[in-house]
Amino acid sequence: MSFHEPHEMHSRRLGRNLGVGLTLGAFIIIVFALTVVKIDNGGSMEGFDHTVRPGLVVDENAGGAE
Amino acid sequence: MSDASINTQLKKGEAGFGDYFALLKPRVMSLVVFTALVGLLVAPVPVHPVVAFASILFIAVGGGASGALNMWWDADIDRKMKRTRNRPIPSGRVEDTEALALGIGLSAISVVMLGLAANVFAGLLLAFTIFFYVVIYTMWLKRLTPQNIVIGGAAGAFPPMIGWAVATGGVSIESVLMFMITFMWTPPHFWSLALFTKSDYGDADVPMLTVTHGRKSARLHILVYTFILAAVSIAVGFTSIGGPLYMTVAVVMNLLFIRSAVQIWRRDDAVAEADNYLAERSFFKLSLLFLFVQFGALLGEAALAPFGLGGW
Repeated sequence: MSFHEPHEMHSRRLGRNLGVGLTLGAFIIIVFALTVVKIDNGGSMEGFDHTVRPGLVVDENAGGAE
Repeated sequence: MSDASINTQLKKGEAGFGDYFALLKPRVMSLVVFTALVGLLVAPVPVHPVVAFASILFIAVGGGASGALNMWWDADIDRKMKRTRNRPIPSGRVEDTEALALGIGLSAISVVMLGLAANVFAGLLLAFTIFFYVVIYTMWLKRLTPQNIVIGGAAGAFPPMIGWAVATGGVSIESVLMFMITFMWTPPHFWSLALFTKSDYGDADVPMLTVTHGRKSARLHILVYTFILAAVSIAVGFTSIGGPLYMTVAVVMNLLFIRSAVQIWRRDDAVAEADNYLAERSFFKLSLLFLFVQFGALLGEAALAPFGLGGW
């Protein structure tokens, strides 16, 4: 099996493709970092599943889930 | 059609990454980033640095998206004006439909992501800003009324309010007054530009105040708006985000700005032609500094607060 010689278009579009790739990579990193921060801060998102589910909300007074 | 001719066409019409980035109006975006950041940092509620960074980024992307949609809609008049002739669409580097797709895509992403990263209110405020700039200003009023700049200025004035909303989840007198600073600053800023780039807007049939009401009227309008701007920016100094530093800066900057506006008002075009619009050009340059220094002083107050020095 041999590699195809790159088409001229690929080298011409290298900058554009690289830019799009890096942008998407940066977006993934930001979403991941946001997720970590939100979870760390203990947002009530775990208790929300389209409707509030009290069973999933941590009871702060009892120190655990009911 | 030969393969060679296809390749030639592709090369001619093919845009690089920088061309798509240029659609987002990076210079306008830098103003959006700066004022939104100030709005976020001067708010009384602390924001996690990652959330703050992501929020500012998505506000900037939303601002850029509205810039792309503005370029898509205005491609016809951009072709006629010297200042805008080299933009990606009129120069042929980017297809207008590409700009439309990029604008809509980034608008949706930025609004949803800001809503998720910060809060729903901030996301909705960003959505309204994009709608206001693209539909109300660009599509509806820009070519209809000589007050176009006043209305367009409102869209550019929203970022500090959005930044404030990211932190607080709402609106307050402080954020409204920060909005008012940019809102009142925009008309004199652009009318002074219109005075020394006089043929451009006329060539594009954009009803600029200088064309519809005459240049003498534009000079008076600059003066009136500069006085209102002074009142608004001094008022900010009396709120919870103001303080001695801000007030000193605001008084100095507004006195300089008013003095420059009076110079413009007292001149006529014959005098301006003689010195190649020196007063108008220096007013325009001062206006750029004005906004940067005003918001910088607000940031200074917030930075001094932990040391017990900021605020009244």
